[in-house]
Amino acid sequence: MPAQTSKESWSSRIGVILAVSGSAVGIGNFLRFPGQVAEFGGGAFMIAYFTAFLLVGLPMCWVEWTLGRHGGRHGFNAIPGIFLSITKRPIGKYLGCISMMLPTFVFMYVVCIEGWCLAYAVNMITGKAHFTNKTEAESFFASITGIASNGAAFGLGIQSLAVYAIFAFIANFILLYRGLSKGIELFCKFAMPTLVIIALILLVRVLTLGTPNPSEPESSINNGLGFMWNPQKVFLEVPTLDDTGTTAWHTHQELVGKESIENAKKLVQAEPSHWQIRKVGVLDQLKKPRLWLTAAGQIFFSLTVGFGVIATYASYLSKRDDIVLSGLSAASANEFCEVALGGLITIPAAVAFLGVADISTDTSLFSLGFKVLPLVFSSMPGGMLFGFLFFILLSLACTSACLAALQPGIAFLEESLNIERKQAVSILGLITGIGACFVLYFSHNLTALDTFDFWVGTCLIFIMGIVYSILFGWVLGVDKGFNEAALGAAFPIPSIFKYIIRYICPLFLISIFALWASLDVLCLGTGGIDHHITDIIGNRQEGIQPNTIAILSIGLIVLLTSFLCLLAKRAAKYQPY
Amino acid sequence: MTTGGLTIMLISVSTVTLLFAWCIYKVLSIPGETEHMHGFEMETPDEKAQKKADEKGA
Repeated sequence: MPAQTSKESWSSRIGVILAVSGSAVGIGNFLRFPGQVAEFGGGAFMIAYFTAFLLVGLPMCWVEWTLGRHGGRHGFNAIPGIFLSITKRPIGKYLGCISMMLPTFVFMYVVCIEGWCLAYAVNMITGKAHFTNKTEAESFFASITGIASNGAAFGLGIQSLAVYAIFAFIANFILLYRGLSKGIELFCKFAMPTLVIIALILLVRVLTLGTPNPSEPESSINNGLGFMWNPQKVFLEVPTLDDTGTTAWHTHQELVGKESIENAKKLVQAEPSHWQIRKVGVLDQLKKPRLWLTAAGQIFFSLTVGFGVIATYASYLSKRDDIVLSGLSAASANEFCEVALGGLITIPAAVAFLGVADISTDTSLFSLGFKVLPLVFSSMPGGMLFGFLFFILLSLACTSACLAALQPGIAFLEESLNIERKQAVSILGLITGIGACFVLYFSHNLTALDTFDFWVGTCLIFIMGIVYSILFGWVLGVDKGFNEAALGAAFPIPSIFKYIIRYICPLFLISIFALWASLDVLCLGTGGIDHHITDIIGNRQEGIQPNTIAILSIGLIVLLTSFLCLLAKRAAKYQPY
Repeated sequence: MTTGGLTIMLISVSTVTLLFAWCIYKVLSIPGETEHMHGFEMETPDEKAQKKADEKGA
């Protein structure tokens, strides 16, 4: 009997760790993070990244867990109700509606990305995604996503995105309709740990690749790791004349490895007026606001803080549950998967097979995951199988994110309309179905998806992060908040976080947001106007017209938010406030 | 990869690995902790009620 009890206990403990880890792992860990490290250089990015983790990521995790359970103990499971229980004023429910709209819109485009992953997996295993060069990979990506024109993603056949996206959408809602325990739990306990195991297998495979093509010694795992982690970035630049006749130097290519740097030096010595080498150190990178915005955004995105998802789930917990260790474990599991697994697989493998020059110009999530990696799998022995597994598991990661992203909306509809869960799932299915079709149809240059991702998945997360930290630190009060967090906890949150949450968290977030807005939006300094802004308002000086799809996307965001606010205003449960 | 790159990579990877390992250690070593730990797998109240009803029916 004791042996059996011990076995059951062990199994339960591992199950809990896997469930907590599984809830934190997502597509961004494997695709978004490595591209960002490579863009800014390991040294500077990791300083900004760990700073953001300690000053906003981890504290905000605890803030969301605590506010969520606080709201739950006052009878609310939806974000508007949770905010109301803290503010005791109507503004709480309207802020909550904005927060709740965030995961709903994230679902609308992540379900399409889930469709991409499924499409790539099927085409990998059937051999139709076997590429010999980058042009083929890019052409396949364009064909799958329908980048060429609006409506191009619709059609029938194994290369039609609509088939996979609709399948993914229906699968998500069937799981939600069946209930959380049979849906999300399945993914957390089984599918996500499988993703981690596959990631470990891929990691071993990648780190033992060495130099796949001996005739190209610069294309090696060592240089791939260097491209990501070297603190100093080295660029070979060429001069170009601008409209005013002034010479400006532009990057020709990034240099990694002794041989390429030596070759570049020879070029500069031979023609100093045509070539120059520029080195960008850690301090230079740290001065860039975009680095901080990117690092903090990655922390927010991958820890799913600021989305309202954690708060919704935490609202179902009792005062006996440990939200301090749960929050820390989920955050640490996410960091482990992101830095120790994601940070060592994709970019090094891409450099080993394609070289730095081919991938240094574009290390964005989509380019890396859907153009570069398929090409890498095509070059790797047994790569089609590895590719199939990789994309299936990425789609599972998307599914997990999608299921989690829908829960705040379901909780709100249950609360505001006083209806059963299955009715709420059906209504949300209709709303998100319209949104997902919008993203799927307006696929030209992925404008709809990109607009949602920028305004909702990046900017609004920061704004809601500021709101969450102010609600905890200044409205609820740090002492009251820490007392709430300590209920059921094996150990309390270290008291230094009282100051971090009350002062540093909101200041850090406001500073980064203000820097970004002043440099990119108001065009102070040399930042230039971000294209997401010109998409909305145009740019007369440069003759850029507003983009209709971007305006429609913003219109949809405003329309849905207004609808949610109206529901919150009329909800009987929120009337006392 | 330069020495600086290797150092940053090792520090970054070992920091997150140690943090994760410490969390696992705490979960395994604190008595009864697993009953109070949660990911995103908890049941909503209506599901709990449904489960109870199913159990009664069985």
